[in-house]
Amino acid sequence: MNGSAIWLGPDAPERVIAHLGGQGFRVVGPRVEDGVLVLEELTAGDSLPTGWHDRAAPGSYRLERREGNGPRARERFGYRVGAQAWKRYLHPPELRLFTAERAAGGGLDLHPEKGPEAPLALIGVRPCDLTAIAVQDRVLMGGRHVDEAYAARRHGAFLVVVECTTPGATCFCASFGSGPGAEGGFDLALTELIDDERHGFVARAGSARGEALLEALGGRPASAPETDGRRRAVDEAAHAMGRRLDVDGARSALAEGAGLPLWNDVAERCLNCANCTLVCPTCFCVTIEDVTDLSGDVAERRRRWDSCFSLDFSYLHGGSVRRSGAARYRQWLTHKLSSWFEQFGEAGCVGCGRCIAWCPVGIDLTQEAAIAIEQRRQADAMPRGRGPAGRGARR
Amino acid sequence: MKRPADASGPVARAAQRRRPRLAVWKFSSCDGCQLTLLDCEDELLALADRLEVAYFLEASRAVVEGPYDLSLVEGSITTPDELERIQEVRRQSRTVIAIGACATAGGIQSLRNVLDVDELARTVYAEPSYLDVLATATPIAEHVKVDFELRGCPITKEQLLEAIGAFLHGRRPAFGTVSVCQECKRRGTVCVMVSGGVPCLGPVTQAGCGALCPAYGRGCYGCFGPAESPNVASLMRWWQDELGVEPAATVRALRTFNAAAPAFADAAAAADESGRPGGEGA
Ligand code: SF4
Ligand code: SF4
Ligand code: SF4
Ligand code: SF4
Repeated sequence: MNGSAIWLGPDAPERVIAHLGGQGFRVVGPRVEDGVLVLEELTAGDSLPTGWHDRAAPGSYRLERREGNGPRARERFGYRVGAQAWKRYLHPPELRLFTAERAAGGGLDLHPEKGPEAPLALIGVRPCDLTAIAVQDRVLMGGRHVDEAYAARRHGAFLVVVECTTPGATCFCASFGSGPGAEGGFDLALTELIDDERHGFVARAGSARGEALLEALGGRPASAPETDGRRRAVDEAAHAMGRRLDVDGARSALAEGAGLPLWNDVAERCLNCANCTLVCPTCFCVTIEDVTDLSGDVAERRRRWDSCFSLDFSYLHGGSVRRSGAARYRQWLTHKLSSWFEQFGEAGCVGCGRCIAWCPVGIDLTQEAAIAIEQRRQADAMPRGRGPAGRGARR
Repeated sequence: MKRPADASGPVARAAQRRRPRLAVWKFSSCDGCQLTLLDCEDELLALADRLEVAYFLEASRAVVEGPYDLSLVEGSITTPDELERIQEVRRQSRTVIAIGACATAGGIQSLRNVLDVDELARTVYAEPSYLDVLATATPIAEHVKVDFELRGCPITKEQLLEAIGAFLHGRRPAFGTVSVCQECKRRGTVCVMVSGGVPCLGPVTQAGCGALCPAYGRGCYGCFGPAESPNVASLMRWWQDELGVEPAATVRALRTFNAAAPAFADAAAAADESGRPGGEGA
């Protein structure tokens, strides 16, 4: 969209929520509940958190309130991403697919699940997560087999992005170019500017619906210092990432990484708990199960999130293929950073850092990837066929 | 329950057949798991419709002679008498499902396994000579073939009904052996360990409770025993090094309802001896 940027006051999120709620959207956004950040359904009159910021580190995430009267105490988006990702709403953790009942006179009556009633409006999507939604779009709707449940939620969803100006310690979106700014794929983009002189949002529309929303919200065209301020803040954020990843290096090292020594070292620490995959905004794997009631006359097919860290995930006749923790961690890291390219033409990681913070023992994929790159380099420096990590070595 | 009108349909035929006989047995335990069956209030009629409750002293004194199609076995083996009785239960039962932490891992009474039972008896009883107990409390599967195990202290109603439903219809029960963390994430609970530094056994504990404790801000106590591939040593190292948990406290956390489950018992023994969960060198 070519419409010019609009300046909105610090209550822009609430006005967006009220407006979209009034239009019949099911509005979802961040809330602080019991001291943790969650994504919840919101209704007109609900407000988003104010004055909170987060500190993430491997295996640790703390949400804190800013003390004092400084401008940051009024900041609306001082936190980055919490444990929950938007896939909770677009690709729900548990879903009944259909119910089957024995029909009178034999046969089965099938009752498919009804789709969602109202379109979603997601408020406060960070650029990394916006990219993650595009990644899941390709996986779940891009091929010949469209995931109906995802498509039903995704179509018509209204996306309100909030650009990042202060990246966290576990963030590395800049390595992928999936943040900290957003140039498209949204309906509305907000960038919060806060200092002693001003507090508000530079708002840009990314679709006709976004234009219409901006028009309805009023506001005045953003001034040159405001639009420049937005650009500068986002550019500076790109250079203030807490972490970085050599995307190309990881891709090629892991493509030939099956025999590298690091897997056994990670397996010493990895709990096989699956948290990394379940918090990851791009991981899409599910498992299907059928259950009956006691009478045996009613059956249900359900699907729920699964993970390549589950033993059953690689179950073929005779047992699970990836039994060791080493094999399972290798599958995760290799899929995210390497084989996803072969499969879907891009990376399976957007650099949101969730898997680093929410790993209960702080395993950091940027660090493990750097080790893989280094070990691959060392192995390649050795004469072919020698050493434990010679090409083609497999365990 | 809906029934097809056609009296020759497969369901009608099944209903005309003898209902499978259910027996519920108690060994060394607190009765809590058996009570879960009585707790299935809404489903009791459907259950009675499908199963003949032939032996269930907690519910009825009426006793129907064996053999039984399905035996639910609660409790661990702790006395010489129980050693014999479990063999008889197995002989009389087509399918045996062990229910609860006692029956699947020894239960809280297996704390004695790392202590001297005679000394304990002398401390507690005025006349220990009246006691006739084994040195250890052991799970049912150590003595007879068990067809399926339901974990938990106590088991959950949902898993019990699912297991019985699966038995009745000849299918595999639809629950896994993954970590409690997966249930936490599915229900949307924000991790109490990462966000609050609360020691939690969830990453090494089998799912089944629905991640109850983390939903109330508590760490997991490990009621459902070790998950499918638990790395207990790594989690205990993290507790000690990052959360500041004392070695003795890690041992206590592992020695509760599933104290004798090998993954928990081994890590506790290693920490007990060296102060480090993986043993000396860790
Ligand atoms: S792999 Fe980790 S950093 Fe990358 S998108 Fe997934 S959770 Fe975020
Ligand atoms: S990393 Fe594992 S859970 Fe995630 S998409 Fe790949 S296979 Fe699935
Ligand atoms: S890397 Fe961390 S979060 Fe992922 S399975 Fe291993 S211990 Fe769990
Ligand atoms: S609260 Fe416990 S069970 Fe839940 S995700 Fe965290 S470590 Fe796992």
